[in-house]
Amino acid sequence: MKTIALLGGGLLDWLEAVGRAGIFLIQSIVRVPVRFSESINLLVKQLYSVGVLSLVIVIVSGAFIGMVLALQGYSILAKFGSEEAVGQLLALSLLRELAPVVTALLFAGRAGSSLTAEIGLMKATEQLSSFEMMGVDPLRRVIAPRFIAGVICLPLLSLIFSATGIVGGLVVSVGWLGVNDGAFWSLMQQSVYFDTDIINGFIKALCFAVVVTWIAVYQGYECIPTSEGIGKATTRTVVLGSLAILALDFVLTAAMFGDF
Amino acid sequence: MRNKRTELFVGCFIVLGVLAFVYLAVQVSGLAFAGKKDTYQIMARFDDIGGLTSRAKVTIAGVAVGNVESISFDKELYMGLVKMNINSDVDNIPSDSSVAILTSGLLGEKYLGISIGAEDDMLTNGSELYDTQSALVLETLISQFLFKSDDSEE
Amino acid sequence: MVDTYIKVQNLSFFRGGRIIYENISLSIPRGKITAVMGPSGTGKTTLLRLIAAQLAPDQGTILVDGENVHALSRSNLYKVRKKMGMLFQSGALFSDMTVEENVAFPMEEHTRLTKAEIQHVVLEKLQSVGLRGAAKLMPAELSGGMARRVALARAIALDPELVMYDEPFTGQDPISKGVLVKLIRQLNDSANITSVLVSHDVEESLSIADHVCILAGGGVIAEGSADEIRASKDPQVIQFLNGEPDGPVPFHYPEEDSSNRFAS
Repeated sequence: MKTIALLGGGLLDWLEAVGRAGIFLIQSIVRVPVRFSESINLLVKQLYSVGVLSLVIVIVSGAFIGMVLALQGYSILAKFGSEEAVGQLLALSLLRELAPVVTALLFAGRAGSSLTAEIGLMKATEQLSSFEMMGVDPLRRVIAPRFIAGVICLPLLSLIFSATGIVGGLVVSVGWLGVNDGAFWSLMQQSVYFDTDIINGFIKALCFAVVVTWIAVYQGYECIPTSEGIGKATTRTVVLGSLAILALDFVLTAAMFGDF
Repeated sequence: MRNKRTELFVGCFIVLGVLAFVYLAVQVSGLAFAGKKDTYQIMARFDDIGGLTSRAKVTIAGVAVGNVESISFDKELYMGLVKMNINSDVDNIPSDSSVAILTSGLLGEKYLGISIGAEDDMLTNGSELYDTQSALVLETLISQFLFKSDDSEE
Repeated sequence: MVDTYIKVQNLSFFRGGRIIYENISLSIPRGKITAVMGPSGTGKTTLLRLIAAQLAPDQGTILVDGENVHALSRSNLYKVRKKMGMLFQSGALFSDMTVEENVAFPMEEHTRLTKAEIQHVVLEKLQSVGLRGAAKLMPAELSGGMARRVALARAIALDPELVMYDEPFTGQDPISKGVLVKLIRQLNDSANITSVLVSHDVEESLSIADHVCILAGGGVIAEGSADEIRASKDPQVIQFLNGEPDGPVPFHYPEEDSSNRFAS
């Protein structure tokens, strides 16, 4: 009897947390900063710390993943005598799957955790209360620009990841393994569709962006304002964010590419 | 000062993202922005299109001169109707040319190959190629081979 | 009868099943410095947050300048808050802005002054706390006492009617304490501000306060002028003022009654 009550209580707590997070998301979207010039300034600052600072890790991992894919793909495809198809393999796996998912995972670790820690620290040092006391809504001053910056940055980063991955794969397969570059491109262009592959990959990245940034800013805003609480919240951002990305990826893939 | 540099970096970042998008669109998916205007369309009916897909290339003497626009089912003739766009600078294809569905490599993509005829009339927009050769379907080929060898033994 | 700026009526507040306040009433006179004192953990900061309506009481009302702050709509509440300045315990300066930008921030948000006018007011306010030379520094480069003075400059940037000080003296060296005492007194007298001071530093508080409230155990145990408090015969007040370890205010944190744990 007690276990059931405990389970029920846990479920209710969980539902309440989901509801609070949902209201939080809506409020921070609705209350976009009022004055345009000010909001652009805030956004640029966040685009810098969320996007530009994640660029290096995204470019480096994109290039390496493209190179590894080319190596692996080549050794398998060579058995069937169709090593030219490595371009096709590279482009499809990057655009549809790897670029959005890996970029989002890197983003959760690099930008998500720092968003949580930053907001958590602002809460601990009473900066959030201070905004409130000055009659400035912290949701619109602190949370909204960070959220919007995250939603803009992740899809762009994912595109950059794809492009560097393909270039990396090109270098390995054409430059190193001697795949014919005309066949590399023509097979790739025949099998990659702008709307189903590039646009769908982009939509995936956009969905991940909303979820990861949402988790990151919410964890920061709701954390217990002590050093332990901030540490826990940061960990939760990375763990919950990564799990959410992978689960959501399955759902989105089934919806987008499932109708074979 | 710090603000200016931040803006510069953010600008670079956004331009980089857009460039990556354009690169993917043009180079990787082969999306042609101005491709529509300088082509003309011809069509052909096949008994079996055997895995040909839209946007497959159309070649003459192995050189790509166009691509497949659409593939549909002709309800009256029970045939596959393939519409293709040919670059308008290739305007001297004789009207009695034949078209075949070919495969690049053992597992490669299907594409169309046009063999040049001898007529003086040239194909124009909306013309149809009547001499078509369907895709080679491996299973059909093998069964034909088996039946033929049976016949010769008798 | 003195003019009352803030009136707290029958206020009760609970947190996590523990009573913070039970049915307390107190009034804060206009244009005076009121010190709210009490041992750590009696929720003095909570009282400030209740007055600023960052927290909602479980019972009772708080009238600020005649308005019930907890019944106001969000936008009206923000309007009332513009009349309040608050100095947080840690200073709470925005860590991504310079000292100057910190002080300018409330004006940029709430006034239509030009950049030059704001700049002028900022330097004037920084001058009044003696930190004009630190305008270009980042908060991380300031000492604790300087950070608190900058925060004070920011709190008075909009010329508020009410300034709340949350533990202004904690963790300060004697000179900084002296500077802060002088500043608070000066500000209050020159601009006719109502000041509420929350502290457990007995000497500093009594030295500047016109009116003193002592909270303990969820209620008000004494209220009056500094001299009245000093002359008080209440054993709880005497214990607090003299810093005796044990007495009516218990040394031991109350243990939770295990039978009540699930009831709350």
